[in-house]
Amino acid sequence: MRYSISSLVKQAFRGHSGWPEAFRHPEPAKHYDVVIVGGGGHGLATAYYLAKNHEITNVAVLERGWIGSGNVGRNTTIVRSNYLLNSEIPLLEWSLKLWEGLSEELNYNVMFSQRGVLDIFHTDGQRDEAVRRGNAMIVNGVDAVMLDRKQVLDMMPLVDENNGRYPVLGGLLQPRAGNARHDAVAWGYARAADRMGADIIQNCEVTGFCRGPNGEVTGVETNRGQISAGKVAVAVAGHTSQVMGMVGMKLPCESHTLQAFVSEAVKPCVNTVATFGVGHLYISQSDKGGLVFGGMVDGYNSYTQRGNLPIVEDVAEAMMMFMPALGRVRLLRHWAGVVDMTMDGSPFICKTPLENLYLNGGWNYTGFKAIPGAAWCFAHTVANGAPHKFNAPFHLDRFAEGRPVDATGGGPFPNHH
Amino acid sequence: MRIPCPLCGARPLEEFVYRGDATVTRPEEGAPMEEWVSYVYLRNNPKGAHREHWRHVAGCGSWLIVDRNTLTHEITRVAEVRPSGDAR
Repeated sequence: MRYSISSLVKQAFRGHSGWPEAFRHPEPAKHYDVVIVGGGGHGLATAYYLAKNHEITNVAVLERGWIGSGNVGRNTTIVRSNYLLNSEIPLLEWSLKLWEGLSEELNYNVMFSQRGVLDIFHTDGQRDEAVRRGNAMIVNGVDAVMLDRKQVLDMMPLVDENNGRYPVLGGLLQPRAGNARHDAVAWGYARAADRMGADIIQNCEVTGFCRGPNGEVTGVETNRGQISAGKVAVAVAGHTSQVMGMVGMKLPCESHTLQAFVSEAVKPCVNTVATFGVGHLYISQSDKGGLVFGGMVDGYNSYTQRGNLPIVEDVAEAMMMFMPALGRVRLLRHWAGVVDMTMDGSPFICKTPLENLYLNGGWNYTGFKAIPGAAWCFAHTVANGAPHKFNAPFHLDRFAEGRPVDATGGGPFPNHH
Repeated sequence: MRIPCPLCGARPLEEFVYRGDATVTRPEEGAPMEEWVSYVYLRNNPKGAHREHWRHVAGCGSWLIVDRNTLTHEITRVAEVRPSGDAR
């Protein structure tokens, strides 16, 4: 069924009893042209773009739990392309362009709201960095606007204007950035991929890979039997090391815990996505009224999906410096996801050294916003056996070649990115 | 999470800095490039038992080897990288 105003009116008169399931729940077949491991945002979107752009529809998406149960449902939903490096901006800007038409394309409301992302700076050095990054964005065709102190405070009235130690000097605004509804992205891509023929198979855990006589990958072993495949595409960020370890591949990657927070619902008071230039804090407000915010990774290898208290304290302290009026707002929930922290902070979207095996992983802070663009490029890479120019920099050999994509200059320490 | 420092006793996480996998070893001088790439960049990233380096920066400053489970955060063993003879 196509979702539209007429289907909504029709269902309203039937007491909403006639909505069909958004996607099928098929049993796995014996063979697929492409098996995608991981039913998160990237895996589901890859299935969609394989069908839409490359007419590859005999595709299965295998998900260990239920779709949307991993990081696609655990992030803070921010979408932006205000990056620094010429190697990373094109991918994220292409992703943002796909976001702009996504609800219409998927016939599913992902509630993409272009409310802007505002990076506020508090020192002369930070202003120089903001000007440099803004110029890098503009030369790459991305929208960037420098705001002065008054413009920032007009836009964000709750920001402390009397902070003597860290005065607000201005901000770098990307007006086309914003946020979206994360669950809808998983469900929307799942429904769209299913309608084009892909099988979405939940509760199906990959336990190993099948190999041919020359070491090539020929399929996967799962808890629901063996499935042969022309190509296998892995999109399991958070557990990429675990899955690639099944074929003996060691990656430049560690798994870390990244926390997020949401407060009780309050009246509209934050109408953009704002970042605090001191410490690490970003904040937006959901349509329900909850203030959604977060900080840095916990900083050490962890698969726990729960955060530590020092980061809670760190984020709360930053909040009190940034927007002290929120000090009395109560925290509603606090959770964590397991992310792939790579040695340069950037992802992998590439072929692997093993024939027929493709990798989309290494996602940490960038994973959600990159879903449309990265999956679009990943589908291109899987279909053609070669990368698109947007994802060409994100191959595994970049470290050995001395070409890391390291925007922060943090060096080979995953918790510095 | 609290880390039992052999010199200072159990101290909160905020006093320590994490320095990653303690099982990687620096190659010999003149080793092939692949060994250096592996040393600098590649990690086992296990889900479970992990041997790692921490430094007690806000305490005694010691470099420590910590055996910690990445799934439960249980710490089973902490030792100085270079034993000082002062451990409790």
